[in-house]
Amino acid sequence: MKASIPSSSGPAAAHTSRGWRRDLLRVPLAGVGLRSRWPQFLLRAITLAGFVFTILAGLFGPAVGSHNFAIIFVWIAWWSALKLVFIPLGGRAWCSVCPLPMPAEWLRRGGILSVRRPGPGAGRRWPRRLRGRWLQAAGFLGLGLASAVTLTSPRLTGWVLLAVLLLALVVGLLFERRAFCNYLCPIGGFTGLYAQAAPLELRVKDRRVCATHAEKTCYQVCPWGVYPLALQDNTACGLCMECVRACPLDNLALNLRPPGSDWQTPRRQAPGETFLSLAMLGSAAAYAAVFLGPWGGLKSAAYALGSWPWLAYAAGFLGLTVVTVPGLFVLFTAWSERYSGRGRPLGEALAGVGAALSPLGLAAWMAFTVSFALAKLGYVAAVLADPLGRGWNLLGARGWSWGAVDLAGVVPGMVIALLLAGLAGAGHMIAARTPGRRAAAPLLVFCLLYTLAMLWLLVG
Amino acid sequence: MMLREWIARGLVTLLLAAAVAVALLPAGDAGQAAEVVELHARMPENGGWDRTVLYAVAGQPLRLRLVSEDVVHGFAIGRQATPGLDLYPGEPVETTLTFARPGTYTFYCTRWCGANHWRMHGVIEVSAAPGAAPLATDTPAPQPLYLQLGLDIDAPHPAEAWPAVAPVAARGASLAGQLPAWARSREAYLTSSPAGMWQRLRTEASLGRLSDQQLWDAVAWIWTQPAQEIQAGEEIYRSDCLACHGQEGQGDGVMLRDLSPLEDHTQMGGQLVRPPDFSDPSVLLGASPARLEGKILRGGMGTGMPYWGPILDDEQVAAVIRYLYTFAFPTAESAAAPVAVPGHPDSHGGP
Repeated sequence: MKASIPSSSGPAAAHTSRGWRRDLLRVPLAGVGLRSRWPQFLLRAITLAGFVFTILAGLFGPAVGSHNFAIIFVWIAWWSALKLVFIPLGGRAWCSVCPLPMPAEWLRRGGILSVRRPGPGAGRRWPRRLRGRWLQAAGFLGLGLASAVTLTSPRLTGWVLLAVLLLALVVGLLFERRAFCNYLCPIGGFTGLYAQAAPLELRVKDRRVCATHAEKTCYQVCPWGVYPLALQDNTACGLCMECVRACPLDNLALNLRPPGSDWQTPRRQAPGETFLSLAMLGSAAAYAAVFLGPWGGLKSAAYALGSWPWLAYAAGFLGLTVVTVPGLFVLFTAWSERYSGRGRPLGEALAGVGAALSPLGLAAWMAFTVSFALAKLGYVAAVLADPLGRGWNLLGARGWSWGAVDLAGVVPGMVIALLLAGLAGAGHMIAARTPGRRAAAPLLVFCLLYTLAMLWLLVG
Repeated sequence: MMLREWIARGLVTLLLAAAVAVALLPAGDAGQAAEVVELHARMPENGGWDRTVLYAVAGQPLRLRLVSEDVVHGFAIGRQATPGLDLYPGEPVETTLTFARPGTYTFYCTRWCGANHWRMHGVIEVSAAPGAAPLATDTPAPQPLYLQLGLDIDAPHPAEAWPAVAPVAARGASLAGQLPAWARSREAYLTSSPAGMWQRLRTEASLGRLSDQQLWDAVAWIWTQPAQEIQAGEEIYRSDCLACHGQEGQGDGVMLRDLSPLEDHTQMGGQLVRPPDFSDPSVLLGASPARLEGKILRGGMGTGMPYWGPILDDEQVAAVIRYLYTFAFPTAESAAAPVAVPGHPDSHGGP
């Protein structure tokens, strides 16, 4: 119990054993809006239509990336919003309005709001071997291999989005619950990982109430296959609110909480998650080098899909993300473990400290996004005004200007602040997960080296 | 319960239908769209103009919608005074052209969009309006001078002589009065190379007391008149020639800067040869304006030189030729410098 925090936050605020919490479901209007299926359904219907429109705009719109709705909306607007707003503030909030799993789910249960056929539990089980974050990491790295072209070619973006939509549909029709989201979605992997930082969580209010409730209604309805009582962090929960709607005992809360709460208590991390975390570190550095670095040859190589220089780039990209960064971390962890004197197997040691990479990775991706996308936000108005390159000027948006904000002056400061915050967070977590300074030092060195590398790539 | 479900389904269907409709319905209102011809521009390596033949009827407007799909391109009609249009990627431009006379017109890109920029040509076939009285047939344009003279513009044309020090046209002006009448005729200028003219003047007994250098000054004066023509030529040179021939005519333009003999230039029409150095007197002093006109109109010469016949009109070609000679006859300020020792005249196929 943290008694030192002043309890001025009203009747819905509470201090649990985990610290300050405030249940949004108890805030009058928000509570109604979150419990009702309509607002969420409307958002999802809009994002679904938007997704289809984006595919068509990518395939049939202007061939110029900076004027194509698909490129600007997916890779500049949405991608930035995901990393700068949705994840840091809402965790998996994007998942709660993402359209990808919906067509299959609606078809499978024979209804959008009403359910005529068996619920989310129907369908085959996802093969055990394919569980974990491995496929998601592979998918994310696979996108990285073609990223230079995907990020600039509207046609390829259109095809990639269409493929993702169809894959989600097929997987959703064949397998139970949100198998696509849980095991395949390349975005879902790191969203879940970094959602632990968010100041928002869905948790049960009173564990004793659940323990005596035999029906487990929440688990029966959860599309993600999550039993809310078992939630220890934000990773698995897609914030869809189905459990909230189903719980007969009103024992679920959507809490505001201090950011990074999931990182307070050391927990074992699955190997797949640690690997994903390391792959994300490596790819943030690779993206920074390709898109923001001064190396024209590297850019050209990344762009020339299928050519020899591209193969060299692909080998370098995979070498960095799959071998070098993970290899270094394993090395530094082994070194740390020698000093700790605990004599655990290396796998155990990695599971113990892996989570400390999350703040580092989140900060690196936010810093990359700030450097990469902020300056390009000006394109958003242009594609809003004329999403299909027909010479339109919808809403007069063509004239909107971001000129008032001198981003060039702010970006380096933001990048440095983000990277240092990430390093501080990682350092804090390492200290809590290692016995003594000598054991912490190698891991701190790893994080410091990575932060310096990112600073060099992004600030120079 | 069922009503809610149907509302939800209706909403999803409506939104999806709207998304597909907005994305796929043809642009503009149908009445207009039918009359507008859409012409897309891409870098020549990616296909160039998506149509290379357009059709129009004399006296009837041709409405064009021009769209660049990659970089900045331009659009202009050859041998016409109308200024060109710039086509910025993603910003379609509409224009209406009306051709008074039937014929074949060339449209072309006016912006250096890539190494093969000059290949971005197309034609507009303008037919006579049905039922229109046949136009009085124009007298056919005379053949270009190089054809009348039967010049082999692919042959080397080394200068027979060159000055020891760069000539100064301003000094030559004072000698103008002493020159024989034939030397001041336009025909003599068009058909002689400067070196040929100098040799012929040298044989004139009346000029026997002038030094070699004075004669060169006189030749420089003949070749650099009138100044307005040079100015007009410079503008054309800057927009159309400089990218390959270079700021100072030395054949070191930005398009060729990285040219290596080992590269495969088959896409450029077989081979690409570095243009000659116009500041080397052995190159230009051996070429008559008629010969240069041929090279400009027809292009080729086993190099990457485009053909400008359908694009530049006669006056423009004459002006750019005048400007070219200023590389051989520099202005007064730089004239004091001794002329560089000529290289190997035979190695130059032509400008």
